Amino acid sequence: MAEFINLALLAMLALTALRVIFLKDLFAVVMLFGIYSFLSALIFVNLDAVDVAFTEASVGAGISTVLMLGTLALTGRTEKENKHSSVLPLLVVTVTGAALIYATLDMPPFGHPDNPIHQHVAPRYIEESPKEVGLPNMVTSVLASYRGFDTLGETVVVFSAAIGVISLLGFRRREENDTPKSGLKEHHVLRVVAKIIIPLIILFALYVQFHGDFGPGGGFQAGVIAAAAFILYALVFGLPLAFAVISPKFLQVMASFGVLLYAGVGLYSMSQGGQFLDYNKLAADPVAGQHYGILIIELGVGITVFAVMLSIFYAFDSQVERSNVQ
Amino acid sequence: MLEQHLAALPIILPLIAAPLTLLLGRSILSWGFATFVSGCASVVAWQLLLAALSNGALSYAVGGWPPPWGIELRIDAANAFVLLAVTTISTLVLIYSKDSIQKEIEAHKHSLYFTAHLLCLAGLSGILVTGDAFNLFVFLEISSLATYTLVSLASDRRCLTSAFRYLVMGTIGATFILIGVGLLYMKTGTLNMLDLANRIAPYESSRTINTGLAFVMVGVSIKLALFPLHMWLPPAYTHAPSAVTAFLASTATKVAVYVMIRFIFTIFGVEHVFHEMNIDLILMALAIVAIFKCSYMATVQSNVKTVLAYSSVAQIGYMILGISLVSVTGLMAGLIHIFNHALMKGALFMAVGAVFYRVGSVDIKAFRGLGKQMPLTMAAFTIAGLSIIGVPLTVGFVSKWYLVTAALEQNQWILAALVLGGSLLAVVYIGRIIEAAYFQDLSDTLDPNDIKEVPLLMLAPMWTLVIANIYFGIDTSITTEAATSASEWLFQNHNLQEVSP
Repeated sequence: MAEFINLALLAMLALTALRVIFLKDLFAVVMLFGIYSFLSALIFVNLDAVDVAFTEASVGAGISTVLMLGTLALTGRTEKENKHSSVLPLLVVTVTGAALIYATLDMPPFGHPDNPIHQHVAPRYIEESPKEVGLPNMVTSVLASYRGFDTLGETVVVFSAAIGVISLLGFRRREENDTPKSGLKEHHVLRVVAKIIIPLIILFALYVQFHGDFGPGGGFQAGVIAAAAFILYALVFGLPLAFAVISPKFLQVMASFGVLLYAGVGLYSMSQGGQFLDYNKLAADPVAGQHYGILIIELGVGITVFAVMLSIFYAFDSQVERSNVQ
Repeated sequence: MLEQHLAALPIILPLIAAPLTLLLGRSILSWGFATFVSGCASVVAWQLLLAALSNGALSYAVGGWPPPWGIELRIDAANAFVLLAVTTISTLVLIYSKDSIQKEIEAHKHSLYFTAHLLCLAGLSGILVTGDAFNLFVFLEISSLATYTLVSLASDRRCLTSAFRYLVMGTIGATFILIGVGLLYMKTGTLNMLDLANRIAPYESSRTINTGLAFVMVGVSIKLALFPLHMWLPPAYTHAPSAVTAFLASTATKVAVYVMIRFIFTIFGVEHVFHEMNIDLILMALAIVAIFKCSYMATVQSNVKTVLAYSSVAQIGYMILGISLVSVTGLMAGLIHIFNHALMKGALFMAVGAVFYRVGSVDIKAFRGLGKQMPLTMAAFTIAGLSIIGVPLTVGFVSKWYLVTAALEQNQWILAALVLGGSLLAVVYIGRIIEAAYFQDLSDTLDPNDIKEVPLLMLAPMWTLVIANIYFGIDTSITTEAATSASEWLFQNHNLQEVSP
């Protein structure tokens, strides 16, 4: 049954991808990208990788769709005619695809328990992590503790992305009343619904943030969900009001703070005589130390991801409003 | 306490300093702080090189988890040697950039520039220091994103399309590396480099692993701008701010060459890559074409930054040629050229940035008559240029010498002749610029009183590199010892457990 579902989902994935290639209407393409992400999320669920599915759904289908729509508002919604010859790109893509198919010929059987990935490092994660790290969600144990250095790196990748976007687009200088029309003030239904739903989204984000040790979730997803709440606020009530709630400058401070919080845990463990990011040294009881460490670094991830996502949206949206004014 | 964490410091220092620099905001403060941190990182790198030369290797288990369960940082002579070059160049470029960016980057973006520079340094150091294949990809992402940002910071709007092109190519390269690492993980269940090596060895010509090798090699070749995958490099180096070009030209592609060496020699093994898959023949052919095609391209450009960018692609050809000889001397020549080329190109791009600072253009016409007006800058350009050509008493000669020696060891007379032939083309493209500077008169549109030497903070790092070009050209003991022991180290097989943490 699982195989059948996988096949159906993969077929839909391929169809969506083909449609994306041939469509000229970019608005529809963005929507199809959202569908693509949801389909991938479903495949991940089917593979029992719920943490990955959660991230894919919130980042791939959620925030990236918003950001791509923001880009369309700046660039227009139809694809430009491409004058380049497509022979060479087609050749490259065909060769790459053929290589990937060739690689599958010696691939270990799909999902077999004797595969190398299940036999080498994974058994220790499964058998020892409840004792060593003490979390029911082993994915969080691997992500935040065994390979916590990678996660620090990923947080810095997100931070670097913010530096890139801010340096390219910058923020609109705040001048009162220079954009009379920002947000959707005349839509009363939207305003009321937004007011009701925004606190709930934030509450859900906090749940995902602090429940990541026990179930699917964690800083990445929580940060994105919390950012979605503020993006909704900015869309409905306008950018000036959103700036009054959280200013772009403050977001820069938050983005930096998240990275520093994460790295700070590492420095503290060094000062306690451990290696960088050795959470065992954070408390007298190593398992409690692991718990504190993971809680704090997940918070750091959440803060940085939230601040970066909202910064990127601010940067896009202030460009849109600037071009509307002109 | 710092002693035991030495291996982690080159990453941690710039990584923590980057957000702090953003918070500092004001240009002068962020400049001072970034330079100080980068300087500390180069002191650490020097300590690491000494430790690696005397002990062989250092292992650091991040998070206290032993490899292969946790992430291992692993220092040996090879990465410590490249790390020293990267951190030192970074520090010198930061000193240089204080005045240089005034003319090329808008004032409110200066703290973003220093932040992005530190992020790039953290990423490059991470790639060098880590002993984990996936961790390497993470740091590759950090350095790449920071690099695209740095290129796009110039006031010249053309930098945006160059940065975009670089971003598209760079992302394809990074994705290929990720696919390759994924395929390896599928067959081995591990990501630690030495563990990967041990678990790849028993497979005899597995299609999955061979495809993994192919993806990694193509991905890294894009990153290091190996001909014909170099098309992103000349526009990016031409339109980026001068300080950025000086930094990237002497570090980013070199680190990618290191990644290629690491994957070939440590992970896949010489036997597999060169003797079974014959990748050395492909690399050698591409390297020779790169040397001649791109040296020729350099002779016909009018923008001096583009000339030097094409020259960089050609010089990368020499490094790859060294690797493709599959001998200790050949690899050593490649490694020593990574270090030496960083010294030459750093100095050259700094001199070009100085010309832009005064004249406002880097076209070859703008160089006319500068030999009289900016004697120190042009002298620096000339000496570094002679080093690119490979004149004795400069580091360029040392690189060429070992490369020719390695070719002659295998009785490859034609190859040795080709290396020397490449130098002749370098004489042409460097000579054109020197001729304009010393034997032509200042163009009439410029007022001779405006064109004077650049500030001391630009001259000092430039001349530090020039003096290093001469010093390491005469006293070769340090660089050859480091490169030789790195090369010998890479040719041996190592086990995961042999170094105690």
